[in-house]
Amino acid sequence: MNALIRSAGFLTSVQDLGRIGYRQAGVSLGGALDAHALRVANALVGNEDNAGGLEVTLGKLRFSFEDDRLIAWCGGEFSVRIADENLPAGHAALVAKDDEVTITAPNAGGRAWLAISGGIDVPIVLGSRSTDLRGNFGGHEGRALRDGDVLSLLEEGRFETADQPNRRFQTAASWGASATWATIAHENAVLRIVRGTDWERFTSEAQRSLVTSAFTVTTDSDRMGARLDGPELKRVESGDLLSEAVAPGTLQIPPNGQPILLLGDCQTIGGYPKIAHVITVDLPTAAQLWPGDTVRFHEVSLAEAQALLREREKDFALFRAGVALHLR
Amino acid sequence: MRIEPLGDSALLVRVVESFDAEESLDAVLRASRQLELAKIPGVIELAPAYTTIGVFLDSARCPPFDELRTGIGRALECDSAPAASHATAPTIEVPVCYESEFAPDLDEVARHTELSPEEIIRRHSAESYRVSCVGFTPGFPYLSGLPPELATPRRASPRKEIPAGAVAIGGTQTGIYPRRSPGGWNIIGRTPLRLFDVDRNPPALFRAGDRVRFRRISRLDFDAFAK
Repeated sequence: MNALIRSAGFLTSVQDLGRIGYRQAGVSLGGALDAHALRVANALVGNEDNAGGLEVTLGKLRFSFEDDRLIAWCGGEFSVRIADENLPAGHAALVAKDDEVTITAPNAGGRAWLAISGGIDVPIVLGSRSTDLRGNFGGHEGRALRDGDVLSLLEEGRFETADQPNRRFQTAASWGASATWATIAHENAVLRIVRGTDWERFTSEAQRSLVTSAFTVTTDSDRMGARLDGPELKRVESGDLLSEAVAPGTLQIPPNGQPILLLGDCQTIGGYPKIAHVITVDLPTAAQLWPGDTVRFHEVSLAEAQALLREREKDFALFRAGVALHLR
Repeated sequence: MRIEPLGDSALLVRVVESFDAEESLDAVLRASRQLELAKIPGVIELAPAYTTIGVFLDSARCPPFDELRTGIGRALECDSAPAASHATAPTIEVPVCYESEFAPDLDEVARHTELSPEEIIRRHSAESYRVSCVGFTPGFPYLSGLPPELATPRRASPRKEIPAGAVAIGGTQTGIYPRRSPGGWNIIGRTPLRLFDVDRNPPALFRAGDRVRFRRISRLDFDAFAK
């Protein structure tokens, strides 16, 4: 059975949790820019964490299914409707055959991740269903969706819900993910950082500016990275560095002193100094940054960053177990 | 050797302090193989480049860095991995057409190096190179071993579009663009080889450590090869 894309919106692509194992060939991780959001949405509809879903940029997406499917979504402040019913973020609902799902443009944030029970059945390329939009491979024909596309869906497990036995949720399920996981959009985002390997290469003024100034996201931003505009972050000495591994969350500083915050599609290696790294639990916030948004950075210790990550993973395991009690 | 955090979900192993395309690259590749063989729990992938290895971790498992540091240290001490050396690295021959149609920056390189285009081509195709790392875009090989007199700084403003297969000089390195992309290196030729193909296993033609030679071909050979 298929999903019929009536209107593909501004930029919608098939993504899973990314491509692991090909960095040595120069292939980026890719995948959902907010992997946690996709994982939560997948859990809500009874999918595995890594099932293929949709990354919706700026909304304006309309689609329907050829059979009944559960959907759930997480991300920015979008409004999602199934026929005439509103579907809040972080909740699962049944979409009956031929019902139209509409996602409007967001009030805040820029991206949302939508899971469909069963998952999207695109070929696995280099171990992943993610679309590499620059490399033009993976996902649906290696490209963003277009109006009229037909996406094949995998067979779902036949769900029943404990409270509504014949799967007909007329409205969204009463249970769902916590609000902090479901809706991620901040007018004045604060991203927590740990020091990067090149922290000492920067002047003390630059180190101070990084954590005291506001930076503005520029229009020259995409899935590779968000370019920021703020006070010039100067190095103690100039000179070229050897390229080395970078990762989503790396905050690198090119010679003009304006930070680039790397996101999921970032290159595998880079030669610009790495002043800091956004911590993993704040990557969801980073994935919502949109041109014109303001962002600030707050330094935490590595121990704190890892404790926060461990706590989130523990919470996610509990959440998954909780969902399993509802979906049978 | 030093191990530094690369954010909260990766580590950077500095295997050697400075880069050369022989001993230090061998040391990094050997360390990378040792880490691969060690299958350290929580490590999902490695990214060697020049003097370092990026060690990426499964953030869902979030293994403590202290444990990983010990695991990495132990893996690098053991002698299980055979040493990589020039003797074992395969040599890949890359046919290149240097004709002017494919070499928009050859004159610029000639101006900078004060060598004739013909002499640049001769020296570029006479040398043996080594892949220091693969990155920037999927399958892009950074090649060490460019004759120093051919070194030419990157263009002041990068080109918006460079065709797939473009062979170029960027500073003291030479490289090949696997696919149409923007780029700032000076283009001196083009190869009909496909450097990256997702339907191939492995998808990238080059791996770090491989040796590369350029073989000059004519425009006719290029067309025949490209078919």
